[in-house]
Amino acid sequence: MSDLIELYRQTLRIRLVEEEIAKRYSEQKMRCPTHLSIGQEAVAVGVSSLLSNQDKAYSSHRAHAHYLAKGGCLNKLIAELYGKETGCTAGRGGSMHLSDLDVGFVASTAIVANSIPLAVGNALHQQVQKKAEISIAYFGDGATEEGAFYESTNFAAVKKLPILFVCENNQYSVYTPLKPRQPEGRSITRLAQEIGIKSIAVDGNDINQVINATQELLNHVRSGLGPALIECHTYRHREHCGPHFDDDLNYRPRVDIERWLANDPLFKMTQELAKQNNWSAIKADIEKELMLEIHSAFDFAENSPFPDPKQNNNYLYAN
Amino acid sequence: MPTNTNFAEQINLAQHQAMRDDPSMISMGLGIDDPKGIFNTTTGLAEAFGEERVFDTPTSENAMTGVGIGAAIAGSRVLMTHQRVDFFLLAMDQLVNNAAKWHYMFNGTMSVPLTIRLIIGRGWGQGPTHQQSLQSWFTHIPGLKVVVPSLTDNVGQLLYNAIMDNNPTIFLEHRWLHNQQANEDICKPLKQKPSSIRKHISGDDITIISNSYMLLESLKAAEILKFMGVSCEVLEISEPSNTQLTDVYDSVNKTGSVLVTDISHSHYSVASELITSITENCFSQLKVAPIRLGLPNYPEPTSFGLTKGFYNEADDIVIAVANVFNKNHVKSSPLTKHDVPGDWFKGPF
Ligand SMILES: Cc1ncc(C[n+]2csc(CCOP(=O)(O)OP(=O)(O)O)c2C)c(N)n1
Ligand SMILES: [Mg+2]
Repeated sequence: MSDLIELYRQTLRIRLVEEEIAKRYSEQKMRCPTHLSIGQEAVAVGVSSLLSNQDKAYSSHRAHAHYLAKGGCLNKLIAELYGKETGCTAGRGGSMHLSDLDVGFVASTAIVANSIPLAVGNALHQQVQKKAEISIAYFGDGATEEGAFYESTNFAAVKKLPILFVCENNQYSVYTPLKPRQPEGRSITRLAQEIGIKSIAVDGNDINQVINATQELLNHVRSGLGPALIECHTYRHREHCGPHFDDDLNYRPRVDIERWLANDPLFKMTQELAKQNNWSAIKADIEKELMLEIHSAFDFAENSPFPDPKQNNNYLYAN
Repeated sequence: MPTNTNFAEQINLAQHQAMRDDPSMISMGLGIDDPKGIFNTTTGLAEAFGEERVFDTPTSENAMTGVGIGAAIAGSRVLMTHQRVDFFLLAMDQLVNNAAKWHYMFNGTMSVPLTIRLIIGRGWGQGPTHQQSLQSWFTHIPGLKVVVPSLTDNVGQLLYNAIMDNNPTIFLEHRWLHNQQANEDICKPLKQKPSSIRKHISGDDITIISNSYMLLESLKAAEILKFMGVSCEVLEISEPSNTQLTDVYDSVNKTGSVLVTDISHSHYSVASELITSITENCFSQLKVAPIRLGLPNYPEPTSFGLTKGFYNEADDIVIAVANVFNKNHVKSSPLTKHDVPGDWFKGPF
C-alpha cells in the first residue's frame, strides 16, 4: 500500500503541475506550444518506477510527464515554459525540448518519431561500451506511422539493443483518429513482435498493469536478450496542444470520452487507496504538500530573469 | 459593396477551383479534413469533393510524398499540405531524388504535376524546429519550382497556377499571412498567369526586393522612408525559382542601389543569390554595395526573451536604407508583443 501511495503521489504531482499550467496558460506568459499529458500520467510513473538515473530516456512533443516521472527538476520545467534563464534549456527549446541530464532524461524533441532513433543510438552506445544501463524511447501511436519507427525498431532488433520502447496509444494524432491512419485491427504490439521485439499491451491507465508488464520486459532487456516494447492504451483529456478541453469540436465519440474519463488513472488508484484507514487525511496532506511545491516552482519561474539575447549565438558549435 | 476576404480564404478558393477544373486532382495532408482545416485553408474541400479525393493521411511524410509523386507520375494532379515546413523535411529524399529529377532523368517521357504546400511558422515560441524558412534549399534544386506568396490579392492565382503546372512545385505560405484582409474585387483571376515579379511602389533612390511576410514590412518601410525623403521602388518576387530577372535589373539600373530582405537566414539565401545575379548584371550601375537583410546565423530560440529582434521589421529596413543615404532612424518599440502579428493570433501555432 505504501508503494501505491507513492505512485499516487507522483501521478497526482504531474496532474496538478499540468493543471496549474493549464490554469495559468491564458495569462500568456508561457509563450510556447505546450502539449499536456493529463490523463496519460500513469504510463510515465509506472515505467519510471522501475528505472534508475543511469537509464536514459528520450521523448516526444508530449513530454512533461516523462520528464517529471524520470525525476526531472520541476523548477527548471516551469521556468522553461516561461522562457526563463533558469529553464532546462535556458529558454532555447521550450516545452517540446526538455532535458535533465542529471536524472537520465536526455531530451524530448518536437518532430514526430524523430527521437526514437536517438534512443536507439543511445542503446547502441550502451551496448558497445558494455554499460549496465538501458535506454527508453517514449512516443505516441502516430509516431509508429513514420519510417523512423520501423527502421529504428528493426535495427534495435538486429543488434539486440538494450532499449524499452514505450508507445502511448491515445488513439489520436491531433484530431485524427486511428481509422484513416492505421488499418482496422492493427496491433502495434503484434507489429513490433513481428519486427523481433518482445512486446506487451496494457491498459496504460492501470498503473499495476503498466508496472507488471514493464518489469517483465525490463528483465528481458536488462539480461541482454534484446529490445522490448510496451503499448499503453490511454487517452488525453484535453486538446492536442494547449490548455483547453476541446470536445465541443466533436472529433471524439462521446461514449469514448466518458469511458476513458471513468478510467482515469488517478481515479483508479483512489478506488484502491480509499480502502486504507485515514485515506482522506493522507490524501489532503499529499495535495497540500504538492501544491506548495508547485506554487513555489511557478514563483521561481516568474521571478527568474529572461535569458540575454546577446548569448543567442553561443553554442552554435561545440569546442 | 466589395466583400472582404483574406489570404487563407483565397488559398481555399483556389483549391476548390482546381479540384473542380481537374477531376484527376487529389489532395492530401495531415489534418486536411479536421475541424480546424489547416487554419481554414482546406475547410469544405472533403465535403465538396468526397473523401476519395480529399483525405487525411498517416503521419508518414516521407512515404506519402513518394505516394504523391507516384500518383502524379501515373496521371493524377496532386496537392499535398503540411502544417509546417519542418515536418516536411522527412521527405527531402522523395522530393529531391525523385520529384525534381523525374522529367529530366526519363528524358521528358513522364512528368510530376505535384504541388506541396508548406507553412512557415513564426512567433509564440515556435522555436528551433517549427519556424524554418527553407526556400533557398528548394530553389537550389534544378527541376523544382518554388512559389512564395505575399499578398491576398494574388495568393489564389499563384496557388491555382502552381497546382495546374505540370512540374513539382513547393508553395511556401507564411503563417502570419493567413489572416491578411483584402477586398475581393482586387483579387486576380485564378486562371490568369501570375507575374512572378511585381512592382508595388515606384521610386528612384533604391530598389527594395522581398517576398512573403517581409513584403509587408518592406511596404511599411517604404512609406516611412518617403517621409524621410528617400524614394523606394518595392519589388515582390513570388517565384524565386524563376531566373528571368530583367524587371529586377531594370529597376536596379535605374536606382543604382538595392536592398533584398529575406525571411530566412542570410547566408546562402535567396537574397544572396539575387544579389549575386544583380551584381553580375548591374555592376556598372551600382552606386553602393547591395544590402542583404535576413535572419542571423543561429536557430531561432523559443523564449520570448530571446526572440526580440530575431526577425527584421519595417524599422530595420528603414535603418538599413537610411544609413545608405546618411539619414538617421531610431527603432520604435512595437505596439503589440513582438512574437504575435496581432490580436488574431495567440498561439499555440
Ligand atoms: C514529422 C511531423 N509531422 C507532423 C507533426 C505535427 N504533429 C505534432 S504532434 C502530432 C501528433 C502525433 O500523434 P502521436 O504520435 O499519437 O502523439 P500524441 O500527440 O497523440 O501524444 C503531429 C501530427 C510533427 N510535429 N512532426
Ligand atoms: Mg496519439
